[in-house]
Amino acid sequence: MREITFAEATREAMEEEMARDPRVFLMGEDIAKQGGIFGQFKGLPERFGLERVRDTPISEPTLVGAALGAALVGARPVLDIHFADFLLLAMDELANQAASIRYMSGGKLRVPLVIRAPDGAIRSAGAHHSKSLEALFLHLPGFKVVAPATPKDAKGLLKSAIRSEDPVLYLEHKALYPRKGPVPEEEYLVPLGRAEVIRPGRDLTLISYSLTLHKALEAAELLAGEGVQAEVVDLKTLYPLDWDTLLASVERTGRAVVAHEGWRFLGPGAEIAATLEERLWEKLKAPVARVGAAHVPIPFSPPLEHRVLPQVEDILKAAKEVLAWR
Amino acid sequence: MELLDLYRLMYRIRRFEERVERLFLAGKIPGFVHLYIGQEAVAVGVLAHYRPGDYLTSTHRGHGHALAVGVDPKAMMAELFGRAPGICQGKGGSMHLFDADRGMLGANGIVAGGIPIAVGAGLGLRVLGREGVVFCFFGDGALGRGVLHEGLNLAALWRLPVLFVLENNRYASTTGFAESHAFRVPALVTAYGVPYLEADGTDVEQVYGATAELLSGIRMGRGPAFLEAHTYRFKGHYVGDPERYRSRQEVEEARRRDPLANARGKLLASGVAQKELEDLEREEEELLEEAVAFAERSPWPDPEEALTDLFAEPVGDYPWGEG
Ligand SMILES: Cc1ncc(C[n+]2csc(CCOP(=O)(O)OP(=O)(O)O)c2C)c(N)n1
Ligand SMILES: [Mg+2]
Repeated sequence: MREITFAEATREAMEEEMARDPRVFLMGEDIAKQGGIFGQFKGLPERFGLERVRDTPISEPTLVGAALGAALVGARPVLDIHFADFLLLAMDELANQAASIRYMSGGKLRVPLVIRAPDGAIRSAGAHHSKSLEALFLHLPGFKVVAPATPKDAKGLLKSAIRSEDPVLYLEHKALYPRKGPVPEEEYLVPLGRAEVIRPGRDLTLISYSLTLHKALEAAELLAGEGVQAEVVDLKTLYPLDWDTLLASVERTGRAVVAHEGWRFLGPGAEIAATLEERLWEKLKAPVARVGAAHVPIPFSPPLEHRVLPQVEDILKAAKEVLAWR
Repeated sequence: MELLDLYRLMYRIRRFEERVERLFLAGKIPGFVHLYIGQEAVAVGVLAHYRPGDYLTSTHRGHGHALAVGVDPKAMMAELFGRAPGICQGKGGSMHLFDADRGMLGANGIVAGGIPIAVGAGLGLRVLGREGVVFCFFGDGALGRGVLHEGLNLAALWRLPVLFVLENNRYASTTGFAESHAFRVPALVTAYGVPYLEADGTDVEQVYGATAELLSGIRMGRGPAFLEAHTYRFKGHYVGDPERYRSRQEVEEARRRDPLANARGKLLASGVAQKELEDLEREEEELLEEAVAFAERSPWPDPEEALTDLFAEPVGDYPWGEG
């Protein structure tokens, strides 16, 4: 199979969906002129014109609100937010408005809205350009939240997100853009709400998504060297969560570690661990461990940033603690 | 303030930034850096009016403001390197420079993030009955943000001592001014009843003079004022910017109106000896070389330092001790 980058995969998804459905349009800051800061929009303005690929002022709350408004009248907007950190500027439009409006209307309104937000830490970008904020949006009822780890899923999930009738927050880790992976030439979708066991194993389950999934895979490889067979589950969609896949895996292994780059305290791992313990209490051989960022803003200096973010060694250490329970 | 003193600071900023660019490209400075080259006359002309007790808020392009207000180049360079003696102990970096001793309430990674803070600093000064003004720097991109409009209104309504300083360099990253603004700036500002002046941001004396005029009203308690400085960034939006949104010719033209060369020419024309300028420049080069050497030899912070400084008061750790 051909290999393309994550950025290119998202670009293809945009191009295919915009060609397929004239209601789909794209807007955001610095998209049209330079193809996006990570090259993820290259060529789209040339193909679809500046009516459908719009550069905007720096006005995040109004952009989110306007995308919502456009969705309510039947357009299918994709809004790019430069960095996920800037979602925080638009919390009213996101939380009070976009997430609740269908419910408040008694199910009468539809919000086919996609908000793309590059998240996570790269290269010491500092506290305002490094956050992973999925926990906030998982806490707020009304968002589907997607966080692909591979080019193939990036493309397939983005296409599904654009076809969804509900607001989807599409989180793309900045460190993933240049990574290459196999992506089919022919058209395909990756369904929302489906996790996948991407490495089978019987001794414990490592649960992750987005960039941290790759760290979990590295940890699994190191564990294999020590004779431990770790199963790795890629969640892909964080809401709705694919509990069936998750429970089936952990029921088999009896041990689990959840790892993500968002803060550990009240991160997605907390909800997953609590649920696994509720559902599988008698099958578990050890408490579920969580790995996430330390409870501070993301610092600038490389050794500080490294300390705060979850590393392969942290996942390995958590795995060993879970394995130590008899 | 003498033009010679203004020139010294402009020279310091220019040569500091040139070093930063080189060191960034050499991999010594992590993160993202936005250079102030071309805009020096704005920070220097405005902040020449800074007095102890005043405050300022800055932007992602904040090195010039920090140096102009007198932040120590050594501690600043060490911060850009991410080293332990950096002015924020390595926790901040280029986009998050703070200096409490100089009223520097932060560079800011969020466009217009400093505006409400500046308004609030003005409010705090008022509530506390203190003298002082707040210098609030922002780029043309900030004009799209609601907080600029809200901040202007609130500062005007409560007559807060804030000088809004718009550095209009004609671009917000790749987006030209006219492509993202439906209004004229003076019309916007005067709609809020706020005094407005514009200045050629390549002419430090003009910026200095316009600031003086606006500040006199603010310091007398008449409320906020607004300065628009027309300027241009000579370098890309960030180091590494492919700059596909503007022509080489446009950049060349703008560079011909170099604020530094402009001030130097005026000094020579006014009878300052070439030798005096060269001595000054040599002193600045030495200062900056020392700043780089200091940063280079400074230690990295201890990784465990990452877990400190979140709160002023102790909050306690997990009883089982982990962070
Ligand atoms: C709220 C917000 N949106 C987007 C960005 C990304 N961004 C960083 S700088 C910038 C352009 C800023 O332009 P301007 O305010 O004119 O300042 P200049 O870079 O020209 O100094 C953008 C869009 C940001 N940092 N914050
Ligand atoms: Mg600008």
